Amino acid sequence: MALPAKLIQEFDELVTHYPEKRAGLIPALHRCQEELGGWISPDTMEALAEYFGLEPVEVYGVASFYPMFRLTPPGKHVISVCHNISCELRGATQIMEHVCKKTGTKPYGTSADGKFTVWPVECQGACANAPMIDLDGVYHEDLTTEKVDKLLGGLA
Amino acid sequence: MKSFERYLLNRTTLANSETLAVYKANGGYKALEKVLKKPMTPAEIIAEMKASNLRGRGGAGFPCGMKWSFMPDPAKDPRPRYLAVNADESEPGTCKDRVLMEKDPHGLIEGCLIAAYAMRLQAVYIYVRGEYRKSYDTLLAAIAEARKAGLVGKNVMGTDFSCDVWMHKGAGAYICGEETGLMESLEGKRGHPRPKPPFPAGFGLWGKPTTVNNVETIFNVPFIVERGGAWFSSIGTQNSKGNFLCGISGHVNKPGVYELPFGVTAREIVDEVAGGIWKGRKCKAWFPGGSSCALLRGEDLDVVLDHDSLKTKGSSLGTAAMIVMDDTTSMARVMEIIARFYDHESCGQCSQCREGTQWLAQIFHRIATGHGKPDDVATLESLAKGMAPGKTICALADAAAIPTLSAVRIFKTELEECIRQAKDPLAPPRVEYAGAH
Ligand SMILES: Cc1cc2nc3c(=O)[nH]c(=O)nc-3n(C[C@H](O)[C@H](O)[C@H](O)COP(=O)(O)O)c2cc1C
Ligand code: SF4
Ligand code: FES
Repeated sequence: MALPAKLIQEFDELVTHYPEKRAGLIPALHRCQEELGGWISPDTMEALAEYFGLEPVEVYGVASFYPMFRLTPPGKHVISVCHNISCELRGATQIMEHVCKKTGTKPYGTSADGKFTVWPVECQGACANAPMIDLDGVYHEDLTTEKVDKLLGGLA
Repeated sequence: MKSFERYLLNRTTLANSETLAVYKANGGYKALEKVLKKPMTPAEIIAEMKASNLRGRGGAGFPCGMKWSFMPDPAKDPRPRYLAVNADESEPGTCKDRVLMEKDPHGLIEGCLIAAYAMRLQAVYIYVRGEYRKSYDTLLAAIAEARKAGLVGKNVMGTDFSCDVWMHKGAGAYICGEETGLMESLEGKRGHPRPKPPFPAGFGLWGKPTTVNNVETIFNVPFIVERGGAWFSSIGTQNSKGNFLCGISGHVNKPGVYELPFGVTAREIVDEVAGGIWKGRKCKAWFPGGSSCALLRGEDLDVVLDHDSLKTKGSSLGTAAMIVMDDTTSMARVMEIIARFYDHESCGQCSQCREGTQWLAQIFHRIATGHGKPDDVATLESLAKGMAPGKTICALADAAAIPTLSAVRIFKTELEECIRQAKDPLAPPRVEYAGAH
């Protein structure tokens, strides 16, 4: 697989920010995940390895180190639920339970219809507005189960 | 609580506070202008920074002016040199840098530029945790605006000072907040902390002289340059100067990120700023500055929230992120979560940390779920003592050991009771699932 021309063009600019090309790898992985199906496929790793002049296994080594990079395809919507301390003190467990029930999903799982992936995550820096979830890359804070219903109800 | 002057968060409440126009209309880029047009010499700026006694706001509290002075003299060492702004903000409880980045990005950019001038840097990288999309996008737009206005890039304000400021995204690993893990990550590698020495000022990003500073630290710089180090050091207590951002979360009525001068007590913060403990309950325990500090008891709330006072109580200021727990809280559950976090985030290079965090997590899990063994509390203590201090490449092992030792010291009876009863009498509802990643 070749990287889309649009991404190549972006990466050519990106790597000028750094004295060494490789520094662009993590930002590039983010862009690939955003543009190429929400995950980092083996094909993507190979294409990135070629672009950065690395071995595919080096790209895998980096991609697998960072929790934000998904190495399996997610559902259409990804719901990250913070399960760290400040959120837990304000009801994260209830939010997790509710999100799973409403979406027919288990933590770290994807619903049978492929619509939702629910992912427990560590502290997201929203502790003073706990509990929180990140829905498709957007924070939703000061959550209640009612707010969760509203959010999920509005999803296609 | 005595009245005091706010300066850190003043602009954050204005409409369109993230724009260059609003920033400039409210005194923005005046400090940079003073530096470049007066002009001030790099040595003069570093002298002001030293006089201010500003200590790093990223958790370790290292004096900022002194850190800057470790950068080699470019006349003797002409290598390129860098500033990495640490915006990884991942210490549980900590949510303060985000407020500055989302609401007042130009304040951070101006601080970066002054730091670059003082340390004669080629470029600044702002390393933002990947989840902070709003911080990233806001800063990216602000940098573009500043570049267009001739404030970032070549010939800043028409002078011969040039500096680039670049945004860089992390990808969800707490260990990349550790300064050498951050540098490895910025270079496009796994975020494995480096053994020190060599120190970043000599061998940092790409092996070149590098300073790493927290967002809030850099954000203070324009104020110090504009008003002087003496003004800054007139605020606060003996070894903790200036105002600071206190994020308070957990069981209080008004959690939030508040600006306060050093010298206020934790009780004043809980009662007067954060509206008291919720549901009319009492404070059982609290972390003064993120989950890697030693736990303190409710009775300890009268302590002043500063470096020295917390040290005398056996804890530390950390990131000044108070996590407050009421008297219904299960300490076994709290520690189960915290131990799981450090286990999840250990990079695995050092056996004491890799194995130690895993053991701590397993033991707290079984205590919290009623499967604790009779000698578990003693095991926790000896494990934690075997992990820290100073036994590993970085301080993540310490970050796991310190809260553990405090929990074992202060809440020994409670933990032992969970083991004796084969259940945690205070256990909150839970959803069972195994960890991934
Ligand atoms: C495990 C670990 C995680 C850290 N995470 C952060 C962080 O997210 N943000 C931060 O500013 N400092 C963090 N630090 C502290 C940095 O190593 C470093 O001391 C700090 O960024 C220096 O900036 P300052 O002197 O301005 O505080 C962390 C340290 C450790 C050991
Ligand atoms: S102490 Fe832990 S996190 Fe730090 S380098 Fe060693 S294994 Fe990695
Ligand atoms: S603990 Fe959930 S955002 Fe910090």
